[in-house]
Amino acid sequence: MKAARQGRAKAPRRGDGNRELVELHRRMWLIRAFEEKVSALYAAREIVGLLHLGIGQEAVAVGVCSLLDADDVVYGGHRSHGHAIAKGADLNRLMAELAGRATGYCCGKGGSMHVVAAETGFVTASGVVGGTVPLALGAAFAAREKGAGRVAVVFFGDGAGQTGPFHESLNIASLWGLPVIFVCENNGYAEFTPLSAHTKVERLARHAETYGIPSATVDGNDILAVRKAMGRAVDNARAGKGPTFVECLTYRLRGHYEGDPGKYRELSQLADWKKKDPIARFERVLKRRRAASAREFEKAESDARALVEEAAEFALSAPWPEPEETGTQVYA
Amino acid sequence: MAELSYLEAIRSGLLAEMREDSSVYVFGEDVALGGPFGVTQGIAEELGVHRVVNTPISEGTVMGVAIGAALSGLRPVVEIMFVDFITLAMDQLVNHAAKLHYMSGGQLRVPLTVRVQCGVQGNMGAHHSQSLESWFLHVPGLKVVMPSNPADAESLMRDAIRDDNPVLFVEHRGLYFSRAEAPAGGSGLAMDRAAVLRTGADVTVAALSRMVVPALEAAEALAGEGISVEVVDLRSLVPLDVDTLVESVRKTSRLVVVHEAVEQGGVGAEVAARVQEEALYYLDSPILRVAAPNAPVPCTPPLESSFVPDRERVIEAVRHALSGQPT
Repeated sequence: MKAARQGRAKAPRRGDGNRELVELHRRMWLIRAFEEKVSALYAAREIVGLLHLGIGQEAVAVGVCSLLDADDVVYGGHRSHGHAIAKGADLNRLMAELAGRATGYCCGKGGSMHVVAAETGFVTASGVVGGTVPLALGAAFAAREKGAGRVAVVFFGDGAGQTGPFHESLNIASLWGLPVIFVCENNGYAEFTPLSAHTKVERLARHAETYGIPSATVDGNDILAVRKAMGRAVDNARAGKGPTFVECLTYRLRGHYEGDPGKYRELSQLADWKKKDPIARFERVLKRRRAASAREFEKAESDARALVEEAAEFALSAPWPEPEETGTQVYA
Repeated sequence: MAELSYLEAIRSGLLAEMREDSSVYVFGEDVALGGPFGVTQGIAEELGVHRVVNTPISEGTVMGVAIGAALSGLRPVVEIMFVDFITLAMDQLVNHAAKLHYMSGGQLRVPLTVRVQCGVQGNMGAHHSQSLESWFLHVPGLKVVMPSNPADAESLMRDAIRDDNPVLFVEHRGLYFSRAEAPAGGSGLAMDRAAVLRTGADVTVAALSRMVVPALEAAEALAGEGISVEVVDLRSLVPLDVDTLVESVRKTSRLVVVHEAVEQGGVGAEVAARVQEEALYYLDSPILRVAAPNAPVPCTPPLESSFVPDRERVIEAVRHALSGQPT
C-alpha cells in the first residue's frame, strides 16, 4: 500500500508544458461559454429553476481538477457546473440535466444543484451549503482503506466556513490524516452579505491552522497559483501526509443566483474584478510565453461556443422524462 | 439454537457480516471500546481498529463520513448513541443519504446502516429516552426497521447491512438484556414482513419494538377471559407490511396499534390510514392507538412509568375495541 502511494507521489508534475497549459485555457473557455449559454437559456425560459453560476471562478475549477486523475473524486456545492465540467462531465448530458430532460445525467431529477457525473469522478453537488464537506471525508477514508493513493477534493464557498459540519470535518480530517483536499472558493459574499458581516475570520485558511491542517491562500483568479498550491496538496495526500486546505480568493461576476438584482455590490467593485478576469489573465500569460498563436486563442473561445451550442441543441431537443419516472429510483 | 440477549444478537449479526465482507466498517463514539452498552464489544480486537472507528462527538459529520464512504464502495454501519442525537445528523441522513440515489437518476447508491437505540429506560430524561421513528417514515429513500427480539435483531441487522439503501436500525435500550433463542449466524428473514406472533380471532394488536412485550402480556391475560387477541409485530416500518395487517384485520375486524412514541403523528396514524384504505368495511370498531401522551419524556420514576404504555393500557384498549363504543 505504501509503495503504491509513494509511486504516485513521485510521478512527474503533470501539465506544465505549453501544450497542457493551452488545454487548460480551452477548458476554462468551455466552462465560461457553457455558463453564459445557461444564463441566456434561463433568460429565455428554456431552462428553469434556481441557478448559481460560477462565471469568473473558472481558474479554481480547472486549476484544481487539472491535477487530479480520473479516479480521484470531487464533491461540489450549489455553484458547481464548472467543477463537473473541469472533472470531465459531458456537456450535452450536463446541459440536458439543467434543462430537465430524460437524457440528462440524472434524468432531470437532480437539476443544477444536484449534478452527479459518477463516471467522471464528480460524485455530487449539493443544495445545502457545506453539505458535501463530510461526504468528501468519507470518500477519502474509503480511498485510504483501499490503498490505491486516490484523493478526494471538495469545493465549497466562504459561506460554508460558518457551518458546524465544516469545523467538525476539518477536525476529523486532521485527526485521521485523511487524503482530502479542502478547496475554498472565497468569493467574498455568502448570498447577499459580505463575509465581513458573517465572521471576523475572513481568511478561511486560518481555520485550517486551528485544526492542524497545512494551508495556502492564493489568488484564485490566477490558475497557475491555484495549480501550484494544489500540486503540493495532491502530493501530500497521495503520500499519506493527510489533508490540505487551499483557499482561493476569487469573485463571482454574476449574482448569487440568476435573476439576483445584485444591489448589495458596488458597480465599481464588479468593474475592478472584471479586470482580473481569470481567462483573460491566463491568456496574457500564455501570450507572453508564446504558447499559442492569436488565432489559436480565438479558436479556443469559438470552439467552446460551438460545443455549447451543440449541447443546448441536444438538451432542448431531448425528451422530457415520463411522468411515471416521478416514483422510480427512490430505492436501489 | 443458542440463547442470546438482544444486545448479543445485534453484535452477532454485525460481526457475521463484518467477517464475511471486508467492506463493512463501523463508525461511532466509543465503538472501538465496545460502545456504551457493549454492542461492539470485542469486534475491534478481532478485526482491527481500522474496521471499528472511534469518532469525535460530531454526529452530523460522522453521518456524512459514513455516507461518503458508502458512495465509495464501503458498507458502513454508523452508530448514533441515542436516537435523540440524530437531530444533529438530519441534514446528512435526510438530504443526502436518502436522496442521492434518486437525485442522481440511479447513478449513486448509499448502502448505509444507521444503528440507533431509543426508548424509555432508566430515568434518563427527555434527551435520552425518545422514540422518533415516525419522523423517518416521512423521508422517501430511507428504510426503517425496529426488531423486538434477539432472533429478529440478528437477522434484520444482517439484512440491513446487505441492503443497498440507507436503513435506520432502531434498537430499544430496554430490550438489550432480554434473552431468547436465536439461530447462530441467523439471517434470511424477509426484512419487509411483519410477524404474527400470536394468532387470535377477536382483536388484532399491532405493536413495535418493546411494545410487543405488553401486547403479548395483554393477549395472554385476556385469553383467560376468553378474548382471543392476535399480536402482530410490525418489525419493519418502511416498507410497512400492510398486507399482513389487512389479512389479520379482515379476520378480527378490530385493530389496536401500540407504540412507545408519542401518539400525535406516530406510526399508529400511518397504520390506521393504510389499513382503513383496504379494510374499512371489515372493521367493527374504530382503530385505536395506545401510545405515549403528547409530552416530552419526563425523568422522575412515577411520571416516566405513567408515560410508557403498559399491559393494562393495552387490555383497556382491547376491551374498548370490543365494546363497540366510540372513544
